Amino acid sequence: MKVTIEVNGRPIEAESGEMLLSALRRAGVKVPTLCNMANLTPTGSCRICVVEVEGQRSLVPSCAFPVSAGMKVRTHSPRAVEARKTIIELLLADHPDDCLYCVKHDSCQLADLANELGVRSRRFAGAKSAYALDQSSPSIVRDPSKCILCGKCVRMCEEVQGVAAIDFIGRGSKTKIGTSFDEGLNVSSCINCGQCVNVCPTGALTEQNQIKEVLAALADPNRYVVVQHAPSVSVALGEAFGFPAGTDVDGMMVAALRRLGFQKVFDTGFSADLTIMEEGSELVRRITSGGTLPMMTSCSPGWIKFVETFYPEFIPNLSTCKSPQQMMGAIIKSYFAEREKLDPAKIFSVSIMPCTAKKFEAGRPEMGRHGVPDIDAVLTTRELAQLIRMRGIDAAELKPDTPDTPFGERSSAGKLFGATGGVMEAAVRSAYFLLTGGELSDLVVEPVRGLDGMKKAVLDIDGTKVGVAVVSSLSNAAKLLDAIKAGEHKDVQFIEVMTCPGGCINGGGQPFQQDISTVKARMQCLYTIDTNDKLRVSHKNAEIQRLYEEYLGKPLGERSHHLLHTQYTERKTLL
Amino acid sequence: MTSLDIGPILEKFPDAKRDSLIPMLQEVQEKFGYLSREAVIQIGDYLKLPTSKIYGVATFYNQFRFQPQGHFHIQVCRGTACHVKGSAAVLDAVRRELKIEPGQTTRDGMFSLEIVACIGACGLAPVICIDGNFHASVTTQKISSILDSYRKAAQE
Repeated sequence: MKVTIEVNGRPIEAESGEMLLSALRRAGVKVPTLCNMANLTPTGSCRICVVEVEGQRSLVPSCAFPVSAGMKVRTHSPRAVEARKTIIELLLADHPDDCLYCVKHDSCQLADLANELGVRSRRFAGAKSAYALDQSSPSIVRDPSKCILCGKCVRMCEEVQGVAAIDFIGRGSKTKIGTSFDEGLNVSSCINCGQCVNVCPTGALTEQNQIKEVLAALADPNRYVVVQHAPSVSVALGEAFGFPAGTDVDGMMVAALRRLGFQKVFDTGFSADLTIMEEGSELVRRITSGGTLPMMTSCSPGWIKFVETFYPEFIPNLSTCKSPQQMMGAIIKSYFAEREKLDPAKIFSVSIMPCTAKKFEAGRPEMGRHGVPDIDAVLTTRELAQLIRMRGIDAAELKPDTPDTPFGERSSAGKLFGATGGVMEAAVRSAYFLLTGGELSDLVVEPVRGLDGMKKAVLDIDGTKVGVAVVSSLSNAAKLLDAIKAGEHKDVQFIEVMTCPGGCINGGGQPFQQDISTVKARMQCLYTIDTNDKLRVSHKNAEIQRLYEEYLGKPLGERSHHLLHTQYTERKTLL
Repeated sequence: MTSLDIGPILEKFPDAKRDSLIPMLQEVQEKFGYLSREAVIQIGDYLKLPTSKIYGVATFYNQFRFQPQGHFHIQVCRGTACHVKGSAAVLDAVRRELKIEPGQTTRDGMFSLEIVACIGACGLAPVICIDGNFHASVTTQKISSILDSYRKAAQE
C-alpha cells in the first residue's frame, strides 16, 4: 500500500511495510550504511544508518525499520549525525592505523565515511585486536584485524552463493569472522569466487596479489611473457581510470599491455570461441549418443569447485571442456610454442581475469604438462589497473591497439561470455550451424539475456527442440540442481552456470562498485559490442578454423582431448 | 578409545530442525567431553546446517570445547568477587604456565583449561577448581606449585 511519509520536512511516497532506508534511497535522500545489502535480510548491525523518527525514544536503524503511514523522519538531525560520527570513531578505535599501506586505501568505505563525517582526531583509544593474516587461499587474503564485523561477506557467502564457508566466531569483543574450526580458507568449503571481497567495506578481504611475480617475469630477459585478457575485463577496466561505467576500453587496454612489456597480447575471447567449438560438439555428441544430460558448462571455476564440493553426483554432467583461460594457456604452451620454436618452460603466461577463482584454477595440478603450468600468473582487473598506474601509463593518451595473431581474433559471441547467458547465446548460434549447416537469421537469443538469476527456455533449432537453462549465483544453481534431483526440469538438456550474480561482468576481481546499475552498464556494453561486430559467431573465426586445420584436427579429436579437456574430482571438505 | 559415533544421540532428535542444535551439542559434549570435528560434521549433515554455522554457534558459548578434556580439568573462576580479588592475573599465570588458552588442552593431555563465570565460592576468592578440588585464595605465585602437585599425583 502506498503511503506518504515526511522526511526532513518534505513529503515522500513509500510502500507501507518496506524498510525505511529503501524508501529514502528511492527519494534521493542519502543515508550512509556499512552493512546494508540490497535484497538481502537487513541485520542492522553497523548502526550507521540511524535516523530520528518522531515518537521513537531512541534513534532507529533505517535499514531495519518498516515504513508506516504518516511517520516523520529526520535523517540528518544533529543527533543522528553525531551518533554516526561516534560509531565510526568507535570502529576506528579497534582498527589498525595502517591506511597508508592498505590495499583498499582508495576504496575503503570506512575511511570515506570517517572523512565525510569529519573525523579528524582519535577520540577513543581502544584495544587493537590483532589476528593472524589468512594467506592460505590462492585467491583471497583475509585480515580479520581490519574487519568491522558488518557481516556482508557472511551473508554473501551464505545467502547469495549458498556456500557458507565463513561465519561469526566467538562473542562480544572477541568476535571475528572465520571458517569452521577457524582453519585456513584453503581447506574450507570456500569456492574462491571473491564476492566477499567485492562487498567488504574495508581492507579485511582482498585478492591474493600476483603483481610481483608478473613484474619479475617482465624484467627477466630469459622469459617470453604473453598475456591474455578475458571478455569482461575491457568493459569494466575503464571505471578505474574515470571512464563512465559501460565504456569499452579494449584498444586502450591492449596498448597498455604492450607498453607494460608483454611480448604477445591475446584475447581470451578467442579461446571462448574454441570452447564453443568443443563444448558445442560435446553437447551434440551427448544428445545423439545418449551421454549424461543435462550437460553443464565448465567455464566458471567457482562453480566447478562448488559441484566438486557440494554436488559431486553432478560431476558427470559437467562439460569436460577446460575454461577459456585454461584452453588458451594450453595452446600457448603447445601449438604456439612449437610454431614459434619456444621452450614452453620459458614462456610466462599471464591472464587478466575479472575473477579471483581463476587464480585457484590456474594452480590446479591437472592444468599443465610435464610439470609446466599452462598459466603462470592471474591478475584481476583491479590488479591490472594498479599495474598500469604503477608504470606511469597515461590511459587517456594511449592510441588504441589491436591484439596479436594468432589468438587475438575473436567473435563477438566469444565476447558475450562475460555476461550471464552469453555462453548459452554463443553456443546456440554455433549449435544451429553444427546441426543444420546454416546460420540463424536473428542471432540475438533474447530469452537468455538480462540479469535475471534464473532463465529457462525451449529453443527451436530448425525443428530440434533444445531445453536450456541459464543461472548465475550459486544459490540459484543449487536451487536448480535440487530441482533436477527431485525430478524436475526433465526437458532441459544444456545448462549454463556462472558463479557470480550477473556473470563475469560482476566477478570477484572487477573494479569495486556499489550499484547494480554499473553491472547493467557493463552488460549493455557487451551487447552493443555484439550488435556492431562483423564476426558474430564462433565457428566463423578464421583463426579457430586454422588452428583446427594446422594442429587440432577436429573438435573432440585426439589433440583436443589432451589439451582442451579435463576431469573433476570429488572434494572432501568440511561443509 | 571411545567411539565417536553420535548416532544414538541423533536418534533422540527425530525430525530435528535448527532449533535443536544447542541441545544436540550439549548431549554430545556431555557424552564425549568435547565436540569433535566428526560430531560437528554429522550434526551439520543431520540438520542440513553448514559446519561454519555450527562452529559459530558453539564458539558463542563458553560451555563448548573442541578438544578432549585433559587428565585434569582446571576451572578458573572469573566471577565478580574473584575478579576483584585478582582472578585475571591468576588466569594469565595458568595460561603462561601451561601455554594454552581457555578451551584448549595441553599437548601432553595433562591439563585442560576453562573459564567459569562464577563457581559459587565467593568467600574463597580468587578460586580455581581442578577436577572438583577447590583451591582457595590462589595467587600467581602459587600456580606453579599447585600444578606440580597434580603432575606428581599423575606419576604415582
